[in-house]
Amino acid sequence: MHLLLITVALQILAGMAACACACRPRLATFVGAGLGAIASLLGLLPTMHALQHGGVDTLNLAWDAVHGGFRIGLDPLSAFFLLPVLILSALAAVYGGSYLLAYRDRKNLGAAWLFFNLFTAGMVMVLIARTAVLFLMAWEVMSLSAFVLVTFEHERAEVRQAGWIYLVATHIGVAFLFLAFLQLGHAAGSFDFEAFGLMSAMGPRASGLLLVLALVGFGAKAGLVPFHVWLPEAHPAAPSHVSALMSGAMIKLGLYGLLRILTFLGPPAAWWGLTLASLGLFTALVGIALAMQQRDVKRVLAYSSIENMGLIVLSLGVGLWGQSRQLPLVAGFGVTAALLHVWNHAVMKGWMFFAAGSVRHGAGTTNLEQLGGLMKRMPATAAAMTLGAVAIAALPPLNGFAGKWLLYQGLLLAGLATAGLHSLAILLVMALLAMVGGFAALSFVRLVGIGLLGSPRSEPATHAHESSRWMLGPLYALLLLGVVAAVVPTRMSDLLAPVRAQVLANGAAGAPPGAGVASRELASASSRASTAALHALGQLNAALLAVVLLAVLVLAVQRRRQPANQSTWGCGYVQPTPRMQYTAQGFSQMMGGHLLPRPLRFRLTQRLPAGLFPWPGLLAATSPDPIQARGYEPLFRRLAERCMQLRLLQQGRVHMYVTYIVVMVVVALMWVSVRHGWATP
Amino acid sequence: MHALLDALVIAILALNLYALGVSRIRAVINAVALQGVLLGGLLFLVHATLDVRGALLVIATLVIKGVVIPAFLVHAMREAEIQHEVTPFVSFMSSMLLGAVGTGLAVGFAHTLPLAEPHTNALLVPASFATVWTGFLLLITRKKAIMQVLGYLLLENGIFLFGLLLLEAMPFMVEIGVLLDLFTGVFVMGIIIHHISREFSSISTENLAELKE
Repeated sequence: MHLLLITVALQILAGMAACACACRPRLATFVGAGLGAIASLLGLLPTMHALQHGGVDTLNLAWDAVHGGFRIGLDPLSAFFLLPVLILSALAAVYGGSYLLAYRDRKNLGAAWLFFNLFTAGMVMVLIARTAVLFLMAWEVMSLSAFVLVTFEHERAEVRQAGWIYLVATHIGVAFLFLAFLQLGHAAGSFDFEAFGLMSAMGPRASGLLLVLALVGFGAKAGLVPFHVWLPEAHPAAPSHVSALMSGAMIKLGLYGLLRILTFLGPPAAWWGLTLASLGLFTALVGIALAMQQRDVKRVLAYSSIENMGLIVLSLGVGLWGQSRQLPLVAGFGVTAALLHVWNHAVMKGWMFFAAGSVRHGAGTTNLEQLGGLMKRMPATAAAMTLGAVAIAALPPLNGFAGKWLLYQGLLLAGLATAGLHSLAILLVMALLAMVGGFAALSFVRLVGIGLLGSPRSEPATHAHESSRWMLGPLYALLLLGVVAAVVPTRMSDLLAPVRAQVLANGAAGAPPGAGVASRELASASSRASTAALHALGQLNAALLAVVLLAVLVLAVQRRRQPANQSTWGCGYVQPTPRMQYTAQGFSQMMGGHLLPRPLRFRLTQRLPAGLFPWPGLLAATSPDPIQARGYEPLFRRLAERCMQLRLLQQGRVHMYVTYIVVMVVVALMWVSVRHGWATP
Repeated sequence: MHALLDALVIAILALNLYALGVSRIRAVINAVALQGVLLGGLLFLVHATLDVRGALLVIATLVIKGVVIPAFLVHAMREAEIQHEVTPFVSFMSSMLLGAVGTGLAVGFAHTLPLAEPHTNALLVPASFATVWTGFLLLITRKKAIMQVLGYLLLENGIFLFGLLLLEAMPFMVEIGVLLDLFTGVFVMGIIIHHISREFSSISTENLAELKE
């Protein structure tokens, strides 16, 4: 526990030190990144300890804040989320050190490292805070330093725009969190998490309201549709190591908040599970449908993050539903799937963003329409990106599939346990889930096929160069983690057993006392079942990986034997140019132009050449976020217009302002006077 | 003793109305200065036992409110070449009427307040509300920036009157701090007036509306 405090202190110290030597960028980078990474690694010790041995560790310090002292604690749930935060932040610090040095002449790197370290310290504090006040403070530190990091390249207008959207979204989210914690505090009579946990179950209406508030507040951070609009803006705008950390760790903290609130709420109602599941499914579908149409690599990844958060929430919803229906196997599968996917997604999204950053660094752009041919020019990055695409599309030999595998099993079991229309609905969910998987495969085939294969579509991509070892090192470290996670998923599920127990414990608390033994037996049965499923998957993955490795080796040997250099068949074109290749938009034209529901499709602007003297034609396809373009933008514009009417009050005359004050004072005094008059007639 | 105290309070109330009704800035400054002196006297009366700290406070009040600030304002008037007319938005007669109505309401209102036993019948509370009200009226209804300063001073005098109730409870440092605050506030305002008059070649606050955009 103390080690975690030292981690936080060291991270803050690292940031300050980096800021202090801002005028020497190399030194600032060295201090900020090095010390930050060391601090994160230090924090891993207590985290692993808590995960392996379970148990709850708390620390109370005196603190003169209103509503609560300085209470921090470490339990399996916190440790579960601390693990990706710490690992990713350490790797991102190393990666970012190299990534940011390219900006050393133009930017103040000291400030960048200060906020990077504050960001990670904020995330750690969010996870270990045990009072509402401390939690919200840490949450704000995290969100605000992320804002500064997102607007690192603030001289670009689109980055400023992204920063604005992020700032507004995060503040609206936190407003809901305030409401949620106020309600909890009102019900429990204290703002301590311990008191929240000990609180006897609230009424169904109060806990339902709380769940909705938490879902909006934390959903805005987790990127659940329709609160996701900041995510596809902020991720591409931020430097890559920051987007890796945001996508891999920060948005998961939204999920952490949700899980934490769920542990306060007592046994779940069936509609909670259904709400979460349908929200998750909707998020996954919209996210992946939009991911398929984006031109920017990082934007594709951002939408894919939304999709994956959707899958996680869907799994969690299935788990909660199983729990409310007394189906421990379904509950176990659902919750394990959600937790497993949190880790796996953190690993693979971190690695994909690192790879995307490497592309940005080497080829100067992440626009798919200007990339191409990177497999030859940046082989290490491209190989990692291809593997990452396989993992994110949730295809078997890599780690992305484990969570989905368990989710499918859970859904199948749920389908078997119910009858009639219900099982039909579950069948539909499975079909939609399969569709999400198909779309994901399509969008990552597009990413790899357009971005990495073929020949370069622009001048900078032609001269792309491989990134430094400092950038590839963290990338391959994550890749290795992903492969290990794919081969031994049972090890991971062992590690997260206490977390699952903690998440599922809230249902057991409400059960009659005699049912304790039976439910424990059922729980162990469910954990056995998921372990067995994962074991089979691990063996399958290992076998597949071995086959792939063998194939690669055979190919390599073959290539070495006969180095033939021949041109491929050019389809009969005499002089092929890179412009004849498929464009990224063209690749997804069938989907984006025809198959998807109308609101999700491309926006096409076309002007066809016609007439006797034809003018140059024009065809442009854009895919703005439909919820942003049709929902929030008109809403906020109308709100702003309404607020402009208040300008009547603001005339710029001192006298008027003083008059407002006087009127307020007089009204307040009269209010007091009248109330007092009523009280003592 | 009590009769003298009441007489002083009534004099303060009369000065309020006078400040609302006169048309020359010098007269208003004089009224505010006299009110400061009276406040010092009140402080002297309310203090049951006069110790060093009380004496210091009385002297500080007398000097700052009665002499330094008025002198400074007169100086500012001369420096910024301010004309002597008050230039109100609302006529003197109506502002006096408003002041009188406010005073009456303040007396009525003070009765409804849940005050401690020894204060229930004192004139201090209504007088303090009435003075604050007068200060607000001056702030709102007068054009020149220097009148805003005077309104602010009256407002502060009202608060000071209310503070007399809490004399035993209030630490010495707080009172001295308030006086110092006031002094600095007036000082800053004097400088601002100077700047306004230089920028706009008049100190009418109506010009400030141009700064809105």
